[in-house]
Amino acid sequence: MKVVYTDNNATTMVAPEVVEAMLPYFREYYGNPSSMHTFGGQVAKKIDTARQQVAELIGANPEEIVFTSCGTESDNAAIWGILRANPHKRHIVTSRVEHPAVYNLCKYLAQSGYHVTELGVDSNGMLNLNELADAVREDTAIVSIMYANNETGVIFPIEEIGSIVKQKGSILHTDAVQAVGKIPLDLSKSTIDLLTLSGHKLHAPKGVGALFVRKGITFSPFIIGGHQEKNRRGGTENVPSIIGLGKACELAKKFMSEENTRVKQLRDKLENEMLKRAPDPRVNGHRTQRLPNTTNLSFEFVEGEAILLLLNEKGICASSGSACTSGSLEPSHVLRAMGVPFTAVHGSIRLSLSRYNTMDDVDYIIEHLPPILRRLREISPYGRETKVKEQTERISARA
Amino acid sequence: MWDYSEKVKDHFFHPRNVGDIENPDAVGEVGSLACGDALKLMLKLDKSERIVDVKFKTFGCGSAIASASALTEMVKGKTLAEAAKITDNDIAEYLNGLPEQKMHCSVMGREALEAAIANYRGLKIEKPVDEGIIVCKCFGVTDNKIAHEIREHKLTTIEQVTNYCKAGGGCRSCHPQIQAIIDEIWQKEKEKVMIEKARKPAKKLTNIQKMKLIQETIERDIRPALQSDGGDIELFDVDGDRVMVSFRGSCVECPSSKVTLKSTVEAKLREFVTDTLIVEEVAS
Repeated sequence: MKVVYTDNNATTMVAPEVVEAMLPYFREYYGNPSSMHTFGGQVAKKIDTARQQVAELIGANPEEIVFTSCGTESDNAAIWGILRANPHKRHIVTSRVEHPAVYNLCKYLAQSGYHVTELGVDSNGMLNLNELADAVREDTAIVSIMYANNETGVIFPIEEIGSIVKQKGSILHTDAVQAVGKIPLDLSKSTIDLLTLSGHKLHAPKGVGALFVRKGITFSPFIIGGHQEKNRRGGTENVPSIIGLGKACELAKKFMSEENTRVKQLRDKLENEMLKRAPDPRVNGHRTQRLPNTTNLSFEFVEGEAILLLLNEKGICASSGSACTSGSLEPSHVLRAMGVPFTAVHGSIRLSLSRYNTMDDVDYIIEHLPPILRRLREISPYGRETKVKEQTERISARA
Repeated sequence: MWDYSEKVKDHFFHPRNVGDIENPDAVGEVGSLACGDALKLMLKLDKSERIVDVKFKTFGCGSAIASASALTEMVKGKTLAEAAKITDNDIAEYLNGLPEQKMHCSVMGREALEAAIANYRGLKIEKPVDEGIIVCKCFGVTDNKIAHEIREHKLTTIEQVTNYCKAGGGCRSCHPQIQAIIDEIWQKEKEKVMIEKARKPAKKLTNIQKMKLIQETIERDIRPALQSDGGDIELFDVDGDRVMVSFRGSCVECPSSKVTLKSTVEAKLREFVTDTLIVEEVAS
């Protein structure tokens, strides 16, 4: 069956060049990089190359890169690492639209006696920076705000956030899992202190990530063990995946302009055509302060899981913020924080592209998605009349 | 990816009896846009109250559409009296099962049918479950409705209650109230058991009976209370009167778990099994 993969914010295809780069480290160079012998020691040199490649993509120094097992580990390592290094500070600032790796960790910390301030967002998914300035206090150990949102693609003004955090004397961590590889970053001229990135979102395999820790930041290791990663992360290195992540970062740098031109054009065409052809559509999230590959669309009066199942029949892979697809009954916390009406949250679909998508893919979706929506609308007891009726009821209730 | 049966998929991809009936004899509407699913069921009846035509419209996920479609096939040709006997479990069985988290879809089918029958009989929708105090504000679920599902499906945890009627699936602020309803219902059941027990002359239990009784008591009286605090308990072994258990979840680090062991676990087991039991904690 034809597969059109437009769920790249969930995970990406491992680039063929990445697979090729990794294979020798399964077959031939299986030594332990910590060993004294050359057979193992030569692998340590290759890890250094990978560290260099990752650092170059984000404008960091290689020694500021700590390899981890995934984005979630990097987020946990960053937040725990700063909290443990600053035990007298008991306050954390974060946002209501973070990835569960930060969101649920902060919820856990709140239950464990930390004070957590969650910043809300407006209907475009943007933060209020005055609110941020008010929230950061003397005892704020860390501010953890994502770079770009995984569901809507909305990009936060992270440098403005960083300068506020600096003025207040706190530390800024950003989960940049969705941003790294999609938009240019330069940490050499940045206010970010710690940054999370994940391999499998940028065409490296699952099971590898990295944490940028700015030189001079006091940081306690999250995984305690051997001396690996300069005592910042114990555990024998996942060599093939680290090599893969290095290669993927090198490729991401090479394809960065394509991501922001050709991929963006594909996204824009897809979005604009859906707005024209689909019944009762809307775009969730700021239209310009946004990743080039992501569109989050809502279609009213239909439900997201039903859309996904019918798209799946056509081989189209996408995601939804609907309650029924979240594994719980709660619809997307991101869309709800933005105040997206319930009618639109349930019928939300995220399409996220990559450099491997083509114009054919986009045309295929434009051809198949609107009939699916119309079919579900025929089954649905609701329609525009309902909306009018509900509005009138609301108005009369108010009067 | 949900694990839907072939029959669920068939009814989702090819729903039967979608549409409207002009001048229907009975209409049942349940759910709302805000809840994330809704069903409108329309019936046409002959003089003997036999369902000669049925149509539906659904807003909802795959299993909501499939459940509604299945329901229409099940009621067609039946009299209202026969149709009234259909339960949510019957709908789920007709579809060769629904994922546990999707049981509320079949509940919605049964409720729409109840509403349609009440509508035909000219009754004010006779659903005691809709009356009462709203417990879950996110999905508008009343205490009566929650109690009904708990009794009907023998639910013992909040998660199960959410699966069957959505209550507690939103902001979670009503979880303590749901737990209280669960506790109250099973407390009453327990009292029944106690009365029964009091009637029975005390007999020496066989080892198998004892173990079974211990297990039942843990399931009914001990585990739900611990789970509501994020903990859990495992029965490790029984040796004569020694009952070995280990704590899980938040109980492991809970400083008062030693007290819980004696005051709750041992007390309950002595109450319902035999009063010579000694409960010990073993490392998990």
